[in-house]
Amino acid sequence: MASTYEPIATTTLGSAVASYTFSSIPGTYTDLIMVVSAKLTSGGATNHYYTLNSDTGSNYSYTRLYGTGSSAGSGRGSNTTNIFGGDITSTEPLADIVQFNNYANTSTYKTILIRNNPVTSTVHAIVSLWRNTAAITSITATTPSSTFAVGSTFTLYGIKAA
Amino acid sequence: MSPLAPLGFFAHPPLAAGDFESISTVTVGAGGASSVSFSSIPSTFKHLQIRAIMKASDSIYMSFNSDTTNSNYYSHWLTGQGSSASASSFAGRLAPVIMAGTGASGFSAVIWDVLDYADANKYKTVRVLTGHDQNGSGEVGLTSMLWKSTSATTQIDIAPVSGSSISQYSSFALYGIRGE
Repeated sequence: MASTYEPIATTTLGSAVASYTFSSIPGTYTDLIMVVSAKLTSGGATNHYYTLNSDTGSNYSYTRLYGTGSSAGSGRGSNTTNIFGGDITSTEPLADIVQFNNYANTSTYKTILIRNNPVTSTVHAIVSLWRNTAAITSITATTPSSTFAVGSTFTLYGIKAA
Repeated sequence: MSPLAPLGFFAHPPLAAGDFESISTVTVGAGGASSVSFSSIPSTFKHLQIRAIMKASDSIYMSFNSDTTNSNYYSHWLTGQGSSASASSFAGRLAPVIMAGTGASGFSAVIWDVLDYADANKYKTVRVLTGHDQNGSGEVGLTSMLWKSTSATTQIDIAPVSGSSISQYSSFALYGIRGE
């Protein structure tokens, strides 16, 4: 029986990189799930983010819900140049699960859901909008202030509906 | 690296074909739909997952096995509205989904997990990750719903509260997840 939930690509970093890209993503699935387990090579907590189809224009936005250990809160970003991912550190690995429902639908903007937990700072739920009806064909993870450490893993799964 | 199981946990061994199966898919066409239903759900899985994008003209009801008795349902919501976090609860069939309106540019994304849906010894618990963003507005939520019945789930219905419509291009996919 053909698998409904398939790994498309996975990598474990053998050298530190500032960004990692899944490219040439086939449009044959219904949804994508990206799982990232990563930490920085060095330095304190800093943001990481995602961009789609090499789009670095102000075509993204987000709303987030977070808990810091002492309080719960929410924030928002409008006309951003990327999908906000939150803090990543060089101590404990971040665990991102990023959901791209109907990623290849060319009639709708793309709504992305993220659950993540940079262990030393927050637990997070994020919804993001990419204002583009194009099918998602590439996803780039970036940390602007450091590099993803050796051993960080990036995995992309496809889910195919009947 | 072991692949991620659909409910968000790392599974050993890797998923085999048939562990996560597509059961049924509904995509709303031109003109919208008054409801979306999954019926004759087989009892051969351990859990269910519905993955969706949607817009509707109102909040939505969710009901199981055609049970429309509001006292049989309860939901809890933890949401972020951009400026503050909020917690609330509701008695009744109001689906714990953050709904984008029909005029919104971005659809809501929803992932419903119905755990032990066929277990005759348990009430049914639904865990939801949901949200939409409209570039200056929107909301994201971690929510849950209880259906106080030990019956196996054989049908799930989703419909706007006001009896209006679910928008074109909304899409709902039901998956079954097998246990060992």
